[in-house]
Amino acid sequence: MLLISCPWCGDRAETEFHYGGQAHVAHPADPDAVTDAQWAQYLFFRDNPKGPFAERWCHTAGCRRWFNAVRDTRTHEFLAVYRPGEPAPVLR
Amino acid sequence: MSRLATGGRIDRTAPLRFTVDGTSYPAFRGDTVASALVAADALTVGPSLYRRRPRGVLTAGVDEPNALLDVAGELLPATTVDVVDGLAVNTRSGVGRLRPEPDTARYDKTFAFADVAVVGGGPAGLAAALAASAGGARVLMVDDQPELGGDLLAGNDSVDGMAGSQWVAAARETLRARPEVRVLSRAGAVGYYDDNYLLVAQRRTGRPGSAAQRLWHVRAKWVVLATGAHERSIVFADNDRPGIMLASAVRDYLTRYAALAGQNAVVCTTNDSAYPTALQLRAAGARVVAVVDTRTAPPRDLVGRAEVAGIRVLSGMVVHGTQGPGRISGVTVSRLDRDDTLVGPSQDLACDLLAVSGGWNPAVHLFSQSTGTLRWDGDLAAFRPAHGGRRQRVVGAANGTYPLADCLREGTEAGAEAAEQTGFPAPAGPVPTAARRRGVLPRPVWLVPGTGDPGEWRDHFVDLQRDGTVADIWRATRAGMRSVEHIKRYTTIGTGQDQGRGSGVLASGVIAEALGVDSPGSLGTTTFRPPYQPVSFALLAGRDRGPLADPVRTTPMHGWHVAAGAVFENVGQWKRPWYYPRAGEDMETAVWRECLAARTGVALMDASTLGKIEVLGADAGEFLNRIYTNGMKKLPVGSARYGLMCTADGMVLDDGVVLRLAEDRYYLTTTTGGAAKVLDWLEEWSQTEWPELDVACTSVTEQWSTIAVVGPDARQVVGRLAPGLDVSVVGFPFMTFRDTVLGNGITARIARISFSGELAYEVNVAGWFGAATWESVLAAGADLDITPYGTETMDVLRAEKGFPIVGQDTDGTVTPQDLGMDWVVSTRKQFVGRRSHQRADAVRSDRKHLVGLLPVDRTALLPEGAQLVEPGAGTTDGRVPMLGHVTSSYRSAILDRTFALALVRDGRNRIGQTLLAPLVDKEIAVVVTEPVGYDQEGHRRDG
Repeated sequence: MLLISCPWCGDRAETEFHYGGQAHVAHPADPDAVTDAQWAQYLFFRDNPKGPFAERWCHTAGCRRWFNAVRDTRTHEFLAVYRPGEPAPVLR
Repeated sequence: MSRLATGGRIDRTAPLRFTVDGTSYPAFRGDTVASALVAADALTVGPSLYRRRPRGVLTAGVDEPNALLDVAGELLPATTVDVVDGLAVNTRSGVGRLRPEPDTARYDKTFAFADVAVVGGGPAGLAAALAASAGGARVLMVDDQPELGGDLLAGNDSVDGMAGSQWVAAARETLRARPEVRVLSRAGAVGYYDDNYLLVAQRRTGRPGSAAQRLWHVRAKWVVLATGAHERSIVFADNDRPGIMLASAVRDYLTRYAALAGQNAVVCTTNDSAYPTALQLRAAGARVVAVVDTRTAPPRDLVGRAEVAGIRVLSGMVVHGTQGPGRISGVTVSRLDRDDTLVGPSQDLACDLLAVSGGWNPAVHLFSQSTGTLRWDGDLAAFRPAHGGRRQRVVGAANGTYPLADCLREGTEAGAEAAEQTGFPAPAGPVPTAARRRGVLPRPVWLVPGTGDPGEWRDHFVDLQRDGTVADIWRATRAGMRSVEHIKRYTTIGTGQDQGRGSGVLASGVIAEALGVDSPGSLGTTTFRPPYQPVSFALLAGRDRGPLADPVRTTPMHGWHVAAGAVFENVGQWKRPWYYPRAGEDMETAVWRECLAARTGVALMDASTLGKIEVLGADAGEFLNRIYTNGMKKLPVGSARYGLMCTADGMVLDDGVVLRLAEDRYYLTTTTGGAAKVLDWLEEWSQTEWPELDVACTSVTEQWSTIAVVGPDARQVVGRLAPGLDVSVVGFPFMTFRDTVLGNGITARIARISFSGELAYEVNVAGWFGAATWESVLAAGADLDITPYGTETMDVLRAEKGFPIVGQDTDGTVTPQDLGMDWVVSTRKQFVGRRSHQRADAVRSDRKHLVGLLPVDRTALLPEGAQLVEPGAGTTDGRVPMLGHVTSSYRSAILDRTFALALVRDGRNRIGQTLLAPLVDKEIAVVVTEPVGYDQEGHRRDG
């Protein structure tokens, strides 16, 4: 079971969290201005890298707040956690 | 009797008796069932699962394949079951039997947090724990044995100049004196998960009234694995007889339990480790017929010591057959050529015990579970750890490090590192010392040939639990299989109760021979998965079973419902009254009566389980405008509005009623089952997409009790209940709410909302006043025969009006337009999912629509889920086109007939058509209608 560091609460067990998929997938500002293909891209297409992946988590059974994390999908290691609105950290 | 007069670590002052398969045996405290059987000369267990061959105790540890016991319904190796007085167990042939009666034993679970967890209490683990705890770190030591010490208790090695067992005793005292150290004995680490999360199953004995087992959930900052190594056997003809044991097990029984496994022993080995067994057998008075060593040049020192003891060493030879008929009575040995073929004449040696050592496998199971990788070491002829996880070390025999002195050094270094890495000082103490000797490398032999075609070697056993043989492996490789994973599944080798703990690497060795590859190294191992040892479901469940398996939610009126004889329905975790049968009524008649009461008189329902959410903030209106498909920003204070929300792909997510309490304050209801999902949904959008909006959401489900008062007489009842309230049609119009004080003195918020089409009020009071207010409503309607109704009647009433239930009439592929609810979808604002309603798939004309169905036979009740087809639909291509399915189906009291709702392809254009619902034994013809089956004009809502 992963140990996840909530940016507000600190280290907590994975069972307190809810996974929210890829981070930084912005809702199109004007949905009427995008094509069907662009809209489908927003709705259905997500990256699936082997390696570092920026993703969203919510501390559902804790502070109920969302945050972002970079996790290595090969090892499940959390390389960074950061608050919504903050840019994804540049990892060396 | 084979119990020696002295020695061992058993408590001879505590004699015990126990039975196996009804036969009584003596034992001492400290015995396992297996050791007591060895001491009683009763090695034979079994027979084997498929071949019904006699088998005996093979090992002294968790890797035991043969001596399996049914212990109160659990299938456990006899080597891990401690004897307690009066214990009664039965042997099982590899397969347990689930007991039908409930397990009444108590199981507990607990959580523990450690700076350093050390798994394994042998020399490496003890050294690690001593070093890790020296600076005050919180150290948790997990050992599956009854007492710490591991191999030091069985051997005659010295540490720091004292006998091994003395050093262990001193180490134990040192650990005991350190307050932050906790030692778990009889505790098997069964699972090793991400971020150093260990699951530990601890067996507890001799504590009447306390939990039989305890499950530890352990999170450690650092883990040191010192799990040791398992000896493996060799595959030769008839290698499965009782009296054939692993050499280390023979030694364990002798030194730890003073039990002599045989009087005339042959030792067969590929390595140095079996020599102490031979010498200790001799010292205990047994005759050692010979040590058969596969190496042509065994180490001179060991050979010399054997010869001094009068033991013959047959070098470059191997056992290739055994005699019975039951227990072993002799072995056949031959010279082993360089290419593992047998040469020269055979000789027979009489014996009643064959101690085998085919080499050692580091116990890498937990290491591998934690995603550690392995490499093949040709010198050791074993898989050993290569790359481990973060914040973890593996030491000692588990790491392929066998010399005692090196185990102690590795353990000490890993313990000191663990202390430093977790923020504690690591005083540079001395490494415990032990004697060193220069060993000779093993000469591994996996498979001793028989005669003829290996495909016929059916008595060369690889997996004793599955009766898996060399013939099985050849059959698999001749069928073209190359992967150990495929061969495992094809032969079932490694799938028994022991999950291949003893047979896994041995099977890889035999497979390598079958495929003609150099070594198991190029094949790898099968995947190691938890649990490492068998764990009972009862232990995993602990006390979370029966009524405690899942939380039960009840409303403040629950006691009244129970007293009224309600039949309950589970809705999520809620218990909701389903219907209230009167004497002699079945469900159908009760629901019929409840429906008529609501349509023609007055009825009440406990609606407290509805999800309730308050949304506050200056931007609450704007926020809800973006969430709901219809406008909420301009909803006047004091008014209510039905609202629907969609997911981003345009499908219906949930629905409910929105009340505007103040400019900056809304109150939302959700479906009973959707409350948590909707709150999460609101949080997700407000936090991640629109953080600039001033809005906060909170659940108030438990804070309010809600009573629906429904029917033409509802106005009269509510007027009596709330004497200060103007309940006239003009004074209290539909879709408004009023805050008032009831006649019983309780403050209430009453809304004119209807989920039945009838005149209806929802009376909301503070949660704890729910029961009192329920009684007040009943009193106010007593002379009108006010009738409580349950969820089934609610469902019928709403279906008569064509109101869909999200999750019953929708399934995540249904848009508001599919439901015919375009009226609730705004075209003048953006909302979540709106763009998706313009996608080609959403606007095609032949989507499934919500429609009503009226069976032609007014009494025929459609099953929910029934498929619908066109009458006479062709079956020439073998398939009938499915048009849709029934989502809700009931008997309507007010219509005096059956009816249903359904999702039907192009349904709105089929209104008036007749379709068929083909069932197993009949077809039901139905006419497609509008979804609203009663009071299409909506005249009844104002009473």
